[in-house]
Amino acid sequence: MRQGRWLKVYSLTYLVFIYAPVLLLPIFAFNDSAIVAFPLTGFTTKWFEELWSATVMHEALWNSLYVGIATAVLSTVFGTCAARASTRFDFRGKKAAMGFIMLPLVLPEIIVAVALVVVLVQMGISLSLFAVVLGHVLICTPFSIAILSSAFNNLDLSLEEASLDLGETPFSTFFRVTLPLVAPGIVSSLLISFTISLDEFIIAFFLTGTDPTLPVYIWSQLRFTAKLPGVVSLGSLLLLASLILLLAAEYFRRRANKKAGTEGDGTGGFL
Amino acid sequence: MSSTPSAGTIIDIERVEKRFGQVAALKKGIDARIREGEFFSLLGPSGCGKTTLLRMIAGLDDPTVGEIRIDGKPMNGVPANHRPTNMVFQSYAIFPHLNVFENVSYGLRKQRLVKAEVERRVAEALAMVSLSGYEKRASHAMSGGQRQRIALARALVLRPRVLLLDEPLSALDKQLREQMQIELRHLQREVGITFVLVTHDQSEALTMSDRIAVMFEGNIAQLDSPEMLYRRPISKRVASFIGVMNFFPASVTGESAKGVEAEIAGLGPMTVPKQQVPKDVTGREVTAGVRPEMMTLLFDETETAEREVMAEIDDVVYYGDMSYYSLRLPGCEELTTVSMRNTAGRPILKEGGSVRVGWGQESVVLLS
Ligand SMILES: Nc1ncnc2c1ncn2[C@@H]1O[C@H](COP(=O)(O)OP(=O)(O)O)[C@@H](O)[C@H]1O
Ligand SMILES: [Mg+2]
Repeated sequence: MRQGRWLKVYSLTYLVFIYAPVLLLPIFAFNDSAIVAFPLTGFTTKWFEELWSATVMHEALWNSLYVGIATAVLSTVFGTCAARASTRFDFRGKKAAMGFIMLPLVLPEIIVAVALVVVLVQMGISLSLFAVVLGHVLICTPFSIAILSSAFNNLDLSLEEASLDLGETPFSTFFRVTLPLVAPGIVSSLLISFTISLDEFIIAFFLTGTDPTLPVYIWSQLRFTAKLPGVVSLGSLLLLASLILLLAAEYFRRRANKKAGTEGDGTGGFL
Repeated sequence: MSSTPSAGTIIDIERVEKRFGQVAALKKGIDARIREGEFFSLLGPSGCGKTTLLRMIAGLDDPTVGEIRIDGKPMNGVPANHRPTNMVFQSYAIFPHLNVFENVSYGLRKQRLVKAEVERRVAEALAMVSLSGYEKRASHAMSGGQRQRIALARALVLRPRVLLLDEPLSALDKQLREQMQIELRHLQREVGITFVLVTHDQSEALTMSDRIAVMFEGNIAQLDSPEMLYRRPISKRVASFIGVMNFFPASVTGESAKGVEAEIAGLGPMTVPKQQVPKDVTGREVTAGVRPEMMTLLFDETETAEREVMAEIDDVVYYGDMSYYSLRLPGCEELTTVSMRNTAGRPILKEGGSVRVGWGQESVVLLS
């Protein structure tokens, strides 16, 4: 079929277009040349060794970890509350509230960033890593809610009632029944929001003040051609970390669905 | 059982109503007393409020109006985890992340028993439901019937005062269901715990229960023993929900010491004994009811009955052990069903012929 062939060519081109640049990163990261360009000149691990001793980069890494972990924990806590509320209770304006919580998913990040700068400065909160955490929580919470809603939706209400009926308090029911059953969803939410925060640039750039996160640090290094191979190797490491985190998140999401007795429905996931 | 209503009562349901927002699940105020040690059933079509009532006994919901007392103690506001009741949920609600032992021992943790005692109690409970040796199995690897037994063991291991069961057999296939009906009844006698069962299956309720509350649209229509429900239903609705009954239009013509005089279409004038006339049958126009096996075909001259009439045979359905005759009685528009046991030497008549039909005073009830 002619049409079929063209479709094949199209999808191949498309895949090359999006993945080739990304795959070039690790190739250049091991290339023995200060200029990031073909032809390759030889194999080396010196760029990684250089990273090992770059203390400014280490600070940026710690900043990113701090922001990522804080973001992951906060957005997962908010996500748990919102998902629980939206699946368990009916209240007026629930749809509207959920809509507004999910809005940052589609809002241009630069607008969120500028708006946050304006608001935070007005409120007298100085630009800092903490401000970045606030911004990241804003964009990560919708993802957490989506993941956790599917976990809570899959949870059979009568399991919690059975626990109460068997003599447990609502408090211990949460820990003996609810939490173990939604745990994979919670882990998945932690991993996803951490990954999003780790890679996020625009909000971090606007809000971070003097402590750069990793993406902001990378951007600052791009001005120096000599630093480019180092940035490329750092980029490959980030790529690897993100990939591992996302795969782990997807693994936990599937396990969550399986545990609740429903096979993955193919919706709640992002992969 | 004692004749005074409060002696031996374990659950007292008084003027209970329940509304969910605008939806009234139980209306008019339900009154019922469940006796200690009995097998009590709530029977009614889907949506009539059985589960709602059961959940209020369990403490998973509170009545909007009225009160439920267990062992004389008011239960309003007492949460499920502080009530002496345990429930077998319709979905069984087996904890999927726990194995069989962990499921059954779930409620024992609160009691702070030593490990050996917990193991002994769990083993005992599993033996009761014929699941000995399944302790280490993952609960999601168990079949429907086994999950139902786990749910039973998990509740019984706590030795509740009352065991509540919400349609526990509806998910099982017919054969297993009938086997479990008998097992449940035996189990109840063995442990001596009061069982309150919810079901929409009338034969299930009849075979298992000591007493049955028949519910329609959020009301208890009649509360009686299976035998009384079958033999003396108080309304057409109850009568046709439990088994089959022929209905005849009737008008009351008088009352005597013996009973109520009535002119019944198809059956003629009759005196219906007092105990076969429910209290709320009033007015002139009523309905008379006769079960198919309460009438008999008189095959030859030697057989007689208190009352008899000639009828045309409209249809015959042969069931092996039984034959069901659809008969046209003179002066009665509706067909009347009569069932006959196919005993040795008894003929099976053909449609189109006519036959003498007999009945007695005992066969007829009046209904509202
Ligand atoms: N949580 C609830 N919210 C709203 N309506 C309910 C709720 N639970 C039950 N109902 C309504 O109450 C009525 C009785 O329900 P239920 O007790 O479950 O019936 P049954 O168990 O006899 O089938 C139904 O009309 C049902 O829709
Ligand atoms: Mg029900």
